[in-house]
Amino acid sequence: MKLLVRLRPFAFIAVLLAIWQVAVNRHPAQLLPGPLGVAHGIGDLLKHGLMLKYVVASLFRVTWGFLLAAVIAIPLGLTIGWYRRAGMALSPLVQVFRPISPLAWIPIAILWFGVGDLAAIFLIFVGCFFPLMLTAMSAVHNIPAVYVNVGRNFGLSAADFIYRVLYPAVVPQLIIGSRITLGIAWLVVVAAEMIAVNSGLGFLIIDARNAGNRYDLVIAGMIIIGTIGLLLDLGMRSLERVKSFRWGYSED
Amino acid sequence: MSAEAGMLAPVRDVKLRMERVGMAFERDGKSVSVLEDINLDVSDGEFICLVGPSGCGKSTMLNLMGGFLAPTQGSVTIDNQVVRGPDPRRILVFQERGVFPWLTVEGNIGFGLAKLSRAERRERIDHYVQMVRLQGFEHTFPSDLSGGMQQRLQVARALAVDPDILYLDEPFGALDSITRLLMRGELLRIWQSERRTIIFVTHDVDEAVQLADRVVVLSARPGKIQDVLTIGILHPRNISSASYLEHRDDLLKKIGLAYTA
Repeated sequence: MKLLVRLRPFAFIAVLLAIWQVAVNRHPAQLLPGPLGVAHGIGDLLKHGLMLKYVVASLFRVTWGFLLAAVIAIPLGLTIGWYRRAGMALSPLVQVFRPISPLAWIPIAILWFGVGDLAAIFLIFVGCFFPLMLTAMSAVHNIPAVYVNVGRNFGLSAADFIYRVLYPAVVPQLIIGSRITLGIAWLVVVAAEMIAVNSGLGFLIIDARNAGNRYDLVIAGMIIIGTIGLLLDLGMRSLERVKSFRWGYSED
Repeated sequence: MSAEAGMLAPVRDVKLRMERVGMAFERDGKSVSVLEDINLDVSDGEFICLVGPSGCGKSTMLNLMGGFLAPTQGSVTIDNQVVRGPDPRRILVFQERGVFPWLTVEGNIGFGLAKLSRAERRERIDHYVQMVRLQGFEHTFPSDLSGGMQQRLQVARALAVDPDILYLDEPFGALDSITRLLMRGELLRIWQSERRTIIFVTHDVDEAVQLADRVVVLSARPGKIQDVLTIGILHPRNISSASYLEHRDDLLKKIGLAYTA
């Protein structure tokens, strides 16, 4: 029974694929390649070693852009969140920058870094920076006053307070924020690679279209992007099950 | 005669003294007085309960004693030294959410023991795990403990740093009535085995009469000390004895609740 329930989503996908294939066979108007064509495309990518190369290239950029943003934005956000006056002073600036799509930075990124990895990393950095900073700020705001008072009561030094109270109190929210932000980073890298570099999954898609209308490769690229995005999300989600973080997600 | 009387009566030092303490908060640009002219001496090892109508400033008074707030008038002194901030020698136990959810029972009890050696810390933790009867839960996280266990844990964490004074802010207020009764017994047992000065805020008249050496009754806001009742019944107190009920009636009368409801 349980197995059946687990298989249900896969069965559903299989049915959709079948319908797709049938539809493509009946109307071979080149509007969309069929699943078999896409599978063939994925096979081509594997055969030429492009799959691994492009996936690694995209992940490389996302990792660096995200980590750089995290290293700068999280401590900054925690600090600003702690000193509310600083938060109030910076708030208008943040509110103006935040709604700007990271893609709007593409021309600047190319101007500053040229066409290459750095430009793409910069775009991901920009896309991750504000969500991470805002997450950190709100995480600090949401620390219950009791924890802060207990920390003060036990006479912790500033460093101890940060390490033993502030940090553990914000980690669960930071994990949620990071998960969402990593999703954003994965969206941004595809767009960035369409314009700012000559490799990666975004480049694959735009190149497959430009260099010969290989729509099977376009869809193959999309499927790879979706699958890796899912895996990244699952990876982040698994952090939420760590015992000393789990308290932050209980609904009470 | 008087010398003899002096020798018979246990001479206790004043541990904590509040002298003409007043507290006012700023609210919407106006100063709102919460406490006025509080004068109180607490002896070393004494068990004091603060009672009064809600909003009368009981918790504020506790926070002043604990150094979490500074009085706008007067002074709070402990061992003849003015209280200037929170101090690990005096620990406040909160009503709810006082334990750290990211630490296990062991981690919470050991929270204030970072300066001890590993062996000493181990010993201290074991001792207080036993004392609050949390054996077998050493590695459990608070989210898997009941409300009563969490409060016992909080008390254990407080006691572990060997404080002179324990401030308890309605520590059993969020518990069901049976658990509350059990917890009072536990607290008395702990207080009797390791004498510390305890200041206990409650809005529960029974709780006060059952626990306290003296009950301090605050008036409605701005809170002033309206009365101080000495409960001269030995522990364990029989909560249906005549003298217990007498004290209880007396206290209810003082609060102005006798024969109502």
